[in-house]
Amino acid sequence: MQVPAPFEYERAGSVDEAIALLTRHGSEARLVAGGHSLLPMMKLRLARPETLIDINGLTDLDYIRLDGDELAIGAMTRHAAVLDSPLLAEHYRIFAEAERVIADPLVRNRGTVGGSLCQADPSEDLSAVFSALRGRAVIRSASGTRSVDLRDFHVGPYETAVAGAEMLVEVRVPIRARTGSAYEKVERRAGDWSIAAAGTFVQVEGDTIADVGIGLTAVGAAHFTCVEAEDLLRGGPATKEAVAAAAEVCAASCNPTVDQRGPEDYKRHLVGVLVARALNRSIAGANGGTS
Amino acid sequence: MHVTVTVNGAERHADTEPRLLLVHFLRNTLGLTGTHWGCDTSNCGACTVWLDGVAVKSCTTLAAMADGHDVRTVEGLEVDGVLDAVQQGFIEEHGLQCGFCTTGMMMTARALLDRDPDPDEGTIREAISGNLCRCTGYENIVRAVRWAATHEAAARAADHQEVPV
Repeated sequence: MQVPAPFEYERAGSVDEAIALLTRHGSEARLVAGGHSLLPMMKLRLARPETLIDINGLTDLDYIRLDGDELAIGAMTRHAAVLDSPLLAEHYRIFAEAERVIADPLVRNRGTVGGSLCQADPSEDLSAVFSALRGRAVIRSASGTRSVDLRDFHVGPYETAVAGAEMLVEVRVPIRARTGSAYEKVERRAGDWSIAAAGTFVQVEGDTIADVGIGLTAVGAAHFTCVEAEDLLRGGPATKEAVAAAAEVCAASCNPTVDQRGPEDYKRHLVGVLVARALNRSIAGANGGTS
Repeated sequence: MHVTVTVNGAERHADTEPRLLLVHFLRNTLGLTGTHWGCDTSNCGACTVWLDGVAVKSCTTLAAMADGHDVRTVEGLEVDGVLDAVQQGFIEEHGLQCGFCTTGMMMTARALLDRDPDPDEGTIREAISGNLCRCTGYENIVRAVRWAATHEAAARAADHQEVPV
C-alpha cells in the first residue's frame, strides 16, 4: 500500500489565507491543488512536506477569461476546463492539442494549471505550451503581486521562481493576430509523460514569419524552449525549408537524457520531427487553413 | 482530524489521519468496498468515484479533501432497488469479465452520460481512457455504455409522451 508520510492538513479559504498559512508553517509546507503530481510523489517519499495546505476551496482562481489583449487563466483552473475552453480554442489550438494528451480525463478533472506549472516536472506539457506562447506568471505574496516571464519561471527540475510564502495565482498569455499554434507529442502509451513534445505558435505577415514561439518538453531544453531556432525563423520566410532548418537547430541544441524512454539520438530525431510538424501546422493555421 | 463527508446522500463522520486516501476511507472506514483499490498510482481508474459530481481517482485524493463535500460511489448508482441504466447495460452486454475495473468504469460512464446522453463510440473510448480493463473487454464495455444511452433515450421519450392530463 502506498501511503504518504504523516503531515498536518490545513485548508485555505482565500489566497491571503493560503499565504498566511505558508508563512506560519515555513519551508516544510506545500500547497496542494489537484494533488495528482504531489500526492504520488508523497507516496514515494520523493516529497515529504510536514504541512499540506489544501487550496481546492479557492474557486475564485478557477477561470479562463479575456482581459484586455491577454488571456488570463486562474491557477485553480482544471485541465478539463482548458481542454474544453472555446475562448482558448479561438485563439490558440495549442491548448486543446496539449491537454488532449495530458494524462487521462479523470486526472484532467482534478489536476490544475497552477499545480502542473508549480510541480515543474521537466517533462510537463503545459510548461512547454506557456514557454512557446511566452506567457507570464502572476505570483502573490503578503506584500503584493509580481509577474514573472514563464521562461524564467522554472529554475530547475521541480523548482520554480515561486518563493516560500508566495503563490502562483494566474497565468497570462498575449493574444496575437494572424497566429496559428499546434502541439505535437510522442509518448510510450496513451496518457504517459512525453518522450519528447513540441508546441509552437507562428504569427505571419504575408509570407513572412512576424513572430514565433517554440516550446519543448522532456528533452532538457533550457527554459523549455529554443531561442536560437526562434531567432532563425523570426522575420524570415514562412517556408518548409526555413522550418526544417529551425527544427534541426532544436534537435541539435536540446539536451535529452538517456532513460527508459529512449536513447539520445532517438530523442533528438523526435524533437526535429515534432518541431517541424508543429511549426508547419502553425503556419497553416495562421494562414487560415486547418492547422 | 474529524471529517464529515456526504456519501451517496448520507452524511458520514469519522476521525481519520490527514494522510488517509479517499479510497481507503471509503473501503476501510465506511465499508463501501464497491470502490476498488487498484494501481495506487492514478493510472488504472478502478478507484473512480465522484467528488462534487466530478469523476476522480480516489487513490490520489485525500479523505480530508472530501471533508464537507459530496461523494458518490458505485453503491449510490442503484436507487430503490432499481439498477442504473449503466449497471443494467454492463449486464446486458457482458461488460465485465473479472469485474475489477467495472465499478470505476461505471462511475466514469455515468458521468459521461450525464454530460453527453448520446455519445458515439469514439467519445466513449476517450471518456473511459483513464479506466484500464486488463481483461481487454473494451468492446463490450463500449456496448454496455451505448446500451445505457439508448435505453435512457427510450425512457425519456416514453416519459415525454405521457403528458399529464
